[in-house]
Amino acid sequence: MWVDLSLSRWARCATLAGALLLGGGAQAAGQASLVADDPELEARVLALSHKLRCLVCQNESVAESRAPLAVDMRNQVREQLAAGKSEREVVDFLVARFGDFVVFTPPFRVSTALLWFGPGLLLVLGVSGLALRLRRRAQETPAPLDDAERARARALLAGDPPPEESRK
Amino acid sequence: MKAKFLVPLFLFLLLVGFLAYGLRLNPREVPSALIDKPAPAFRLAQLHQPDSQFGTDDLRGQVWLLNVWASWCVGCHQEHPYLMELARSAPVPLIGLNYKDERADAIQFLNSKGDPYQHIGVDADGKVGFEYGVYGAPETFLIDREGVIRYKHIGPLTREIYERELKPRIEELSRVG
Repeated sequence: MWVDLSLSRWARCATLAGALLLGGGAQAAGQASLVADDPELEARVLALSHKLRCLVCQNESVAESRAPLAVDMRNQVREQLAAGKSEREVVDFLVARFGDFVVFTPPFRVSTALLWFGPGLLLVLGVSGLALRLRRRAQETPAPLDDAERARARALLAGDPPPEESRK
Repeated sequence: MKAKFLVPLFLFLLLVGFLAYGLRLNPREVPSALIDKPAPAFRLAQLHQPDSQFGTDDLRGQVWLLNVWASWCVGCHQEHPYLMELARSAPVPLIGLNYKDERADAIQFLNSKGDPYQHIGVDADGKVGFEYGVYGAPETFLIDREGVIRYKHIGPLTREIYERELKPRIEELSRVG
């Protein structure tokens, strides 16, 4: 449903061939013209795009995805970086349109506090629970043996089967 | 204390509960960042009259629906019969945004299936769609009199969704003021 069918057959063949040739690598043939001439800028575009989620194929980054929307987003990133905007500003621009979901690192705010602190909280709970338990176990002195238990222990140590009646 | 051995079972059931809830969520439904934000302004050529333009300014002061569609989009074919029905009964104008489409394809789509839109803006390069955070056509936005986006639906619009989500909001927005 989200596949852009407006891509011409030729472009699709070309991208497929390009992807095959490059082993599915970075830039496929159909998009070659969109790469900036300045390799330093292109490196920044790619670095930032890796931190952005493509909303069409959700677990791919904008840098990896070849969905038309990801291409648009890369172009936006490239345009804005070229215009001298900072990484921060570009991310804010995209978040304003596509929401927090567009960044892989969730922003820090009240609604995401559990996400950020949850694992640490669980760790603290687990460790303190374990420490408490270990401490309690160390303090527990076992009750002294009564005569029947002592006799059974002696029999076991001597290698004889314990007397039936002392078994509980 | 006696039922201590049941604790793992309860934890397991809790986990199952979370997972079952997670399974029912639709990961495509990303909450829009634009809800309660001003709808990005646009001024676009109209699909049927390429020489004349219309834009968000022309819709100021009324509640309206913006439907992002394209002839290549499968979901748009699915929702189209309902849009035709909606166009007859909806109390607000339905505006189309023809997203990344070919003009000829779009016109042919409407000629064969009917045209539910009052106006259709042509967004051939997807710039306006990008401003609206469109990532999966069809998408439908509800915009109020002040030009603020009040609701967004992603995916084909159905009667059920309209009745449940859009209709009450439209009624409320139309009543106020």
